Amino acid sequence: MKISFPHMGHSHIAFKWLVENLGHECIVPPEPSKKTLDLGVRYSPEFACIPFKMLMGTYLEVAEQGAEVILTSGGCGPCRAGYYWVMHQYLLEEMGQDLKVIAFEPPLCDIKDFWKKLRWIRKTGGVSWKHFAQVMKITWEKIKAIDDVEIYSHEIRPYEIKKGDTTRALTRALDDLDKAEKIDQIMEARNAGIRRLDEVLCDKLRNPLKIGIIGEIYVVLEPAANHYLQIMLGEMGVQTHRSIYLSGYTRESAITNGGDAIYQIARPYLDEVCIGGHGVNSIGETILYSQHGFDGVVQLAPFSCIPEIVAKSIIPSVSRDFNIPVLTLFIDEQTGKAGVQTRLEAFVDLLEMRRQSNEKATRLVV
Amino acid sequence: MSKIGIPRTLAYFVYYPFWKAFFEELGHEVVLSSPTCRAILDDGVKEAVNDACIPIKIYHGHVLDLVGKVDWIFCPRLVSVRKHGDFNTETFCPKFLGLPDMIRQAIDKLPKLLDVRVDLKKGKDELFQVFSQVGKQLGNGVDEIKRAFPIAVKAQKNYCKLLSREILPHVALEMLEQNCKQIPQETEHDLKIAVVGYPYALYDAYINAGLLKILEKEGVKVFTQDMLSDKTLDRQARSLPKSMFWYFSNRAVYGGLHFMKQKDIDGIIHVTAFACGPDSMVDRMLEIECRRHNSTPYLSITVDEHTGEAGVRTRIEAFLDMLRYRRDRDEN
Ligand code: SF4
Ligand code: SF4
Repeated sequence: MKISFPHMGHSHIAFKWLVENLGHECIVPPEPSKKTLDLGVRYSPEFACIPFKMLMGTYLEVAEQGAEVILTSGGCGPCRAGYYWVMHQYLLEEMGQDLKVIAFEPPLCDIKDFWKKLRWIRKTGGVSWKHFAQVMKITWEKIKAIDDVEIYSHEIRPYEIKKGDTTRALTRALDDLDKAEKIDQIMEARNAGIRRLDEVLCDKLRNPLKIGIIGEIYVVLEPAANHYLQIMLGEMGVQTHRSIYLSGYTRESAITNGGDAIYQIARPYLDEVCIGGHGVNSIGETILYSQHGFDGVVQLAPFSCIPEIVAKSIIPSVSRDFNIPVLTLFIDEQTGKAGVQTRLEAFVDLLEMRRQSNEKATRLVV
Repeated sequence: MSKIGIPRTLAYFVYYPFWKAFFEELGHEVVLSSPTCRAILDDGVKEAVNDACIPIKIYHGHVLDLVGKVDWIFCPRLVSVRKHGDFNTETFCPKFLGLPDMIRQAIDKLPKLLDVRVDLKKGKDELFQVFSQVGKQLGNGVDEIKRAFPIAVKAQKNYCKLLSREILPHVALEMLEQNCKQIPQETEHDLKIAVVGYPYALYDAYINAGLLKILEKEGVKVFTQDMLSDKTLDRQARSLPKSMFWYFSNRAVYGGLHFMKQKDIDGIIHVTAFACGPDSMVDRMLEIECRRHNSTPYLSITVDEHTGEAGVRTRIEAFLDMLRYRRDRDEN
């Protein structure tokens, strides 16, 4: 079976390994490009959110390369994401594409369906359960290792002396992870990657601003969707931390359905635990970032993203109460890189100024 | 005794008879906001986050209309009204889920909000529990609440009965308001059209530029999903790979699916709100399903703050012309 899946950041490295080692052929989804977006926009409903359109475009691209099956995630609502696959299937059928979308609903919702689909993949790939379990475990290690090196790269980048060094080191680290086949090899590649990043020439005297990145999962996780925002900020000399990583996300949302702590934190502002997407998280995380001494927060959201609109309407008071500036970027197909850059630069200037006047103020107190 | 303000939009079109009877039985006065008009819309646009959809903006406008006139504003948080959907996931659009919070943030000098959480999928008794809380917040005793509750349930039943006799909700609400028992005369018609969409988009004549009136004048008998029983609607769920997550969207989709299978329905109109998240899916799905069902004629009308009567009228006239042409052609 020729299998593909949505592109999200660097996760395709792990998923490619997974698909191939389950005895299938993998059509690696290309990084979303202008062409992806154009295709997606052309064949999606006008008011679908941007992740929907990007995925639509990706599916059409991999269909062209011969993919027969798409593996993706489902969801229990209340947001649209859990209904994506149904709509994508409808649209693909309308276009006469012979591509089947198989969605994994969170196991907590429907464990039977989850197992049924897993079994189908295993059987059609012709591997044993034992092998299957082994492959899953290694995939998981890969996902975590990928996240580890990426997280570290965002810490290092604002110190780099030569622009682009960090990104180059990261790319090489990811290449190594791509080649790793066993758990110890993955560990080795991960550690080598961290070392590589450590070797980037740095000016350790800098004191970079710290910005937390919150918002809707797809635009946060897919650099091609957010115009490589974290790299952009890093190269402006800002350290970024984002709340969502695939390893964290799948742990919380798919397996334990948890995240209670964040709901508790957000409760004074939004007294409803589940408004879908990452709406509640966005509020809770803004508070957490403020408490951890971050200088500012960037909220990333697809245009017309419902939970993030709800969050946005509430964030001003959070921002006031916790004294942390928040920049909301709504992303749609018209958003250009230059626009994002200008707004980020203005935001960073503002944060710089705040920091300076705060420092003056504290000195006055002394 | 308190004055309780009810914004005349969103769930008002569905549950008002219940609310009104309940509050009045408890000895309170119910104050409705004025019907949607330019001023309410403008106020709403000003107060709400600018990325919100039109119905939510209008809700803000209605709340503002009540500020200063009432002691409370009834703004329930609708989470679920039944157990439904795959893995019982049915709920409401996230904007309904966050509604009281949005209102609190957006509106100054807000009267007290009566914002109970309505999550009826928990169990049969839940509706009573919810309204007990409401009654208690208003200072009413358990006995009073126990007496008022069945009366409210009955009022709601009467309302549903009117709807099941093919009376449109806004007409039925008017009849109840004026205590009129007379069933309105059916107007002359030569076409039957099903109009589906959210109650707050269909029955608020201001938002949709008088769409239903226009249809009626053009000799169309209008059906909507709200005239169908839950049973009829829910039967349609089986023909979908997965139900949607939102109560009102499911009703619109099921309604559409039901009507497109009826031989005597000439066409389907879907009224959708500009920038509505769920509708981006509802609309395309209905369109595709209509085509798959014998190419039932389908028209989608998007309403936003600039919807004008002329625009709606033109599109409807063109649609009706097409339907009549089709019918005449088929008859020959
Ligand atoms: S969270 Fe936002 S972007 Fe994601 S499906 Fe929901 S509305 Fe769309
Ligand atoms: S369902 Fe659509 S129109 Fe209704 S509140 Fe949600 S986004 Fe707005």
